[in-house]
Amino acid sequence: MSFLHRHRGAVPYVLLAPGLAFLGVFFVVPIYYLANTSLQEGSLDVGYTFAWAWSNYTDAISTYHEQFVRSLVYAGIATLLALAISYPLAYWIAFRGGRWRSLLLLLVIAPFFVTYLIRTLAWQTILADEGPVLSALTAVGLVEEGGRLLATSTAVVAGITYNFLPFMALPLYASLEQIDGRLIEAAEDLYSSKLQAFLRVTLPLSLPGVFAGTLLTFIPAAGDFINAELLGTPRQSMIGNVIQSKFLVITDYGQAAALSFVLMAAILVAVLAYSRALGTERLAR
Amino acid sequence: MTDLTRRQLLERAALGGAALTLPGFLAACGGGGIEGSATTAATTAAGGARELADKLTISNWTLYIDIDEKTKKRPTLEQFTKQTGVDVEYIEDVNDNDEWFGKNQAALRAGKPIGRDLTVLTDWMAARMVRLGYVEKLDKSAIPNAKNLVDALQSPGWDPNRDFSMPWQSGLTGIGYDPERVGGEITSVQQLLEDPKLKGKVTFLTEMPDTIGLLLQLDGADATKVDAAAFDKAIGRLQKAVDSGQIRQFTGNDYAPMLARGDVWACTAWSGDLVQLQLENPNLRFVIPEEGGMIWTDNMLIPKGGHVFTASTFVNYVYDPKVAAQIEAYVNYICPVEGAQEAIRDIDASLADNPLIFPDDETLSQVAIFDAEAADNDEYKQKFQAVVGA
Repeated sequence: MSFLHRHRGAVPYVLLAPGLAFLGVFFVVPIYYLANTSLQEGSLDVGYTFAWAWSNYTDAISTYHEQFVRSLVYAGIATLLALAISYPLAYWIAFRGGRWRSLLLLLVIAPFFVTYLIRTLAWQTILADEGPVLSALTAVGLVEEGGRLLATSTAVVAGITYNFLPFMALPLYASLEQIDGRLIEAAEDLYSSKLQAFLRVTLPLSLPGVFAGTLLTFIPAAGDFINAELLGTPRQSMIGNVIQSKFLVITDYGQAAALSFVLMAAILVAVLAYSRALGTERLAR
Repeated sequence: MTDLTRRQLLERAALGGAALTLPGFLAACGGGGIEGSATTAATTAAGGARELADKLTISNWTLYIDIDEKTKKRPTLEQFTKQTGVDVEYIEDVNDNDEWFGKNQAALRAGKPIGRDLTVLTDWMAARMVRLGYVEKLDKSAIPNAKNLVDALQSPGWDPNRDFSMPWQSGLTGIGYDPERVGGEITSVQQLLEDPKLKGKVTFLTEMPDTIGLLLQLDGADATKVDAAAFDKAIGRLQKAVDSGQIRQFTGNDYAPMLARGDVWACTAWSGDLVQLQLENPNLRFVIPEEGGMIWTDNMLIPKGGHVFTASTFVNYVYDPKVAAQIEAYVNYICPVEGAQEAIRDIDASLADNPLIFPDDETLSQVAIFDAEAADNDEYKQKFQAVVGA
């Protein structure tokens, strides 16, 4: 204690220590090894050596920019769809759910009790060429005769949207649920219409949830490879598929690590830009 | 086996098969603890201790040994324990050669035991393990039954004297299809690549030796000794069929449920899967393309640090024709043990006459073993992966 009494300035750092140690062990060390690997060259037979191999990066970008762009586009569309579905869902549970709220929330999370893999495989059956969804959509003319849903971009985006939906719905719910109902009442007392009250009170107050939800959905979605693998064709392959095959099949660990870094950097830039536009700091002011 | 048992088996095949294409995902989940093995590196010296260890740890693919569906026990392994007193820990953790290697390569490279006394890997990966020195030599004196190995498999290029490996099962790669949906017969891989009727209803295998092997033979090229120009030509054909949308996907054995469901009408397929699918849907057909099919083998190997004598004793045990027949009656791929065909008549005579399980000489003359060196060639792998979409 006496140490802390004498060095009051040290208190915050002492309190931060466990968190910093955690980050050190589980973030900094792996990142270091990944960075090191990304600059290695070699093969299984001659071994891998550190060689400042920046070509891993330039090759990664020049060869696979198509998959990078596709990953970001798919993840972006899936995030918007998840938002469009989750917002009304979370709103309804938060304001109209009443005593069923907990149960409804549980239902949102319920799919998570089943493995990711099995959930995605289930979509193979749902969207099957001779399945009910396709025949219904063909009947109303949304899909041309003889067309298919499975093994298309639509299927991949649908799969991603479905799999990450709870990551969007839960933060939205958390922020909507905290809104003080009296604020909305006050808005209506001051002659705002229901729509105006929503747009000027509820929506701005729920933005932190929108912010958290979009990040939680977009980031893992951009690195996903299961949906593209099971629901897509080679023409839908995402950057996650490339990294997976580089690591496991081609055993080019250097380029696999470099690709991971480029993906990380791309997401980081996107997230920074996004948080400048819609950051929680700005909202707090 | 009862019908019920076989149906369960098929369902599990479909489920397990789906997992095959997800090496990364499974690698992330699979623990595969080293603590599982009681054996140590103490016996790594050539020859090793000629005493049986208390326990034998085996890694194998799913659905690759007989199991009693009611008791969940494995009769073949139980008999081994009864005969030798060695407990067997049997772990079905090989889903994909690359995934298995990715999971274990760090320990193997560092020369640490991976906690397995025996593991089963396909030719080209077995060749890699031997080439990199990641395996122990078999104790041949403990395997007198090695004489039962069929002639065709006695001398692969990567292990000409079978010093390091013994086949567990082989299989054929050819075309699987549903004649009703296709509305006719398929005899050539050419139809898979170009028949407009099949557009978007065709899958090929993600295993390069299988897919490229079939395409090489389509061009009349030699799949047992791959030539760079012929390889590029095959890749070109494949890329064209992907770009035109003719090929729907590349799969592990998850083509099986798709074929059964009608998403896929024709595909490159493995014989054992079709034997099992035919139990449910007798219409489905497996053919060896007229230009030639492929044959591959999964091999038992002792990873560095495994207990050589105990593992060799087990290899000897499964090369007893009676034991081999018992395993074969469940697995339905191709048995590498001479004499098993006669022994299996006591279990189920129809199996002995199934050409996909005990292929005759004519069938065997139509298939080739893929060039193991080419299968592990970085440049080839890279080109193939680029077409597969990664």
